[in-house]
Amino acid sequence: MKKYLGTKILVYILTFVFAVTLDWLIPRFMPGNPILVLVSRFSGLPESARVMYSYLTKAFGLDQPLWSQYVNFWIALFKGDLGISIYLYPRPVLEVLKMAIPYSLGLMIPSILLSWIVGNNLGAIAARRKRLDSIMLPIMYFITGAPYLWLGMLLAYFLGVVWDIFPIAGAYSFSLRPHLSWLFVGDFLKHWILPFLSLFIVQIGGWAIGMRNMVIYELENNYVRYLETLGVKRKLIRKYAFRNAILPQVTGLALQLGTVIAGQVTTEVVFSYPGIGYILTQGILNQDYFLIQGCFLFIIIGVLIANFTVDLVYMALDPRIRFSYGGEV
Amino acid sequence: MSEIMFFAFRNAKLRMGLIIVLFFLLLGIFGPMISKYQDPLDYVGQGYQPPSKEHWLGTTTFGQDVFTQLVYGIRSSFFVGLVGGGIATIIGLVIGFLAGYEGGWLDELLMMLTNILLVIPTLALLIIVAAYLPYRGVFIQSIIIGLTAWPWTARAVRSQTLSLRTREFVNLARISGRSHMKIILYEVLPNMMSYVFMVFILQFGGAILAAVGLDFIGLGPSRGISIGLMLQNAVLWNAIQLGMWWWAIPPGLVITLVVGALYFMNVGLDEVFNPRLREM
Repeated sequence: MKKYLGTKILVYILTFVFAVTLDWLIPRFMPGNPILVLVSRFSGLPESARVMYSYLTKAFGLDQPLWSQYVNFWIALFKGDLGISIYLYPRPVLEVLKMAIPYSLGLMIPSILLSWIVGNNLGAIAARRKRLDSIMLPIMYFITGAPYLWLGMLLAYFLGVVWDIFPIAGAYSFSLRPHLSWLFVGDFLKHWILPFLSLFIVQIGGWAIGMRNMVIYELENNYVRYLETLGVKRKLIRKYAFRNAILPQVTGLALQLGTVIAGQVTTEVVFSYPGIGYILTQGILNQDYFLIQGCFLFIIIGVLIANFTVDLVYMALDPRIRFSYGGEV
Repeated sequence: MSEIMFFAFRNAKLRMGLIIVLFFLLLGIFGPMISKYQDPLDYVGQGYQPPSKEHWLGTTTFGQDVFTQLVYGIRSSFFVGLVGGGIATIIGLVIGFLAGYEGGWLDELLMMLTNILLVIPTLALLIIVAAYLPYRGVFIQSIIIGLTAWPWTARAVRSQTLSLRTREFVNLARISGRSHMKIILYEVLPNMMSYVFMVFILQFGGAILAAVGLDFIGLGPSRGISIGLMLQNAVLWNAIQLGMWWWAIPPGLVITLVVGALYFMNVGLDEVFNPRLREM
């Protein structure tokens, strides 16, 4: 168990270092000078361009040797100094991201957990009903094939425009300010439901397919045959098969995270939902490199935390790891 | 081989998937020739026009022909799938073979790298690379996608290689003194060909989806057209709010059908290659 956690944590630390290094490396070694690109955007105002250039050179620390730039980058990181957003000047990047993160998590966590539960149950049900299976399987494959952003657009078009049930932009009405009241919570939920649904539906497909395959595979195992010959009730057999089949699905939760994040970013853009993904896109469109760097770091940290949580859950579920009887970790 | 072809054509899933993919492939290849307009970015008519005889899928806000954009977009999607998915498959194969067959410190090193890249979300990695590239074409984009999408393939190939490595025919080849590369190429690879093919199909679909995502958030090709760019423009110019479904819906529908059909083909192939899964 200690070894299992130890290796995992080591990989995560290395991943973090790798990601931060990449984050630091890319603007410095990419073709072209990002600072010049930035400054050229302000070329209409020669006065501010000069100030901008000197500020950015200093901010990137480009006048120092490379190794000290690198060390400084880490130091700034631990101080929580991610630079100042250019697009939302003069707000610090960290502050911008702090504002955005509750919206992102509020969409992402429920969609992941609920789709996981619903998808797994759907898959398990389909695995033992042939007719349902042959109808559901093709639908599920096309659902997983759908880009998140397109499903979002589809929902927005039908539920938001044609039937006009839900609002399709922002996290709350323009007339309201975030505060704690029934009015605001209701308004917030109304704006939340469509982006949530588009993330939720696409994810269900993958989980249902995975679970269906796992259960079918498990039901052909020898222990199932043995239980059958013993005359054990079907219900109990299914319970055992389900338990065994759920383990790979837990691992899948971590593996799936990358695509979910990609989907989240695009979905937020479709609905102008002010989460990290939306901010990130604004950063890209406005070439706000500090903001892009900051978003990347936030995403990495979030992914690492999520992965670690999945590892802990897996450890709690799989006795083989808890008692460290070998097995592929 | 002929046996495989027999089961391949008997498999309904494979047939259905293949038909859909081929249909759009042909549309991508020949569509630009049958569309009435040459340049997808040209302003050819009035804006806001719903589908009509003149414009099969209507026009954009600026009077560009949506059908023309769509067929060019399909073309570039297939290109990204082929190149991006191909690169990802090849890198995944090489790393998986090396790690699985050679073992030892090389295995440890490569797997560490794989695990690290596996944790970092591909899109985040793509964003950070693409954001700093001043000029991006479809080809560059495919390469970046290929360079970031390989880790899961490498892991899967490695575990397959591990199980093949100890087989007798591989041992025999080793005793007879063949070089490692030859053993991998002539003994291990042919036994995994079906698997490799399926991995490629998944990578193909994955690359198409990744490209759509990248284009959509503004990191697409800096000129030309793609499905992701069409979707981005549709959202930017409020096609949904204005009820222009012909602009907002078809591009994503094509992607959904193509990628879904690819996944479906994959299940069919699995049944063709693996007799135990065949429906009798």
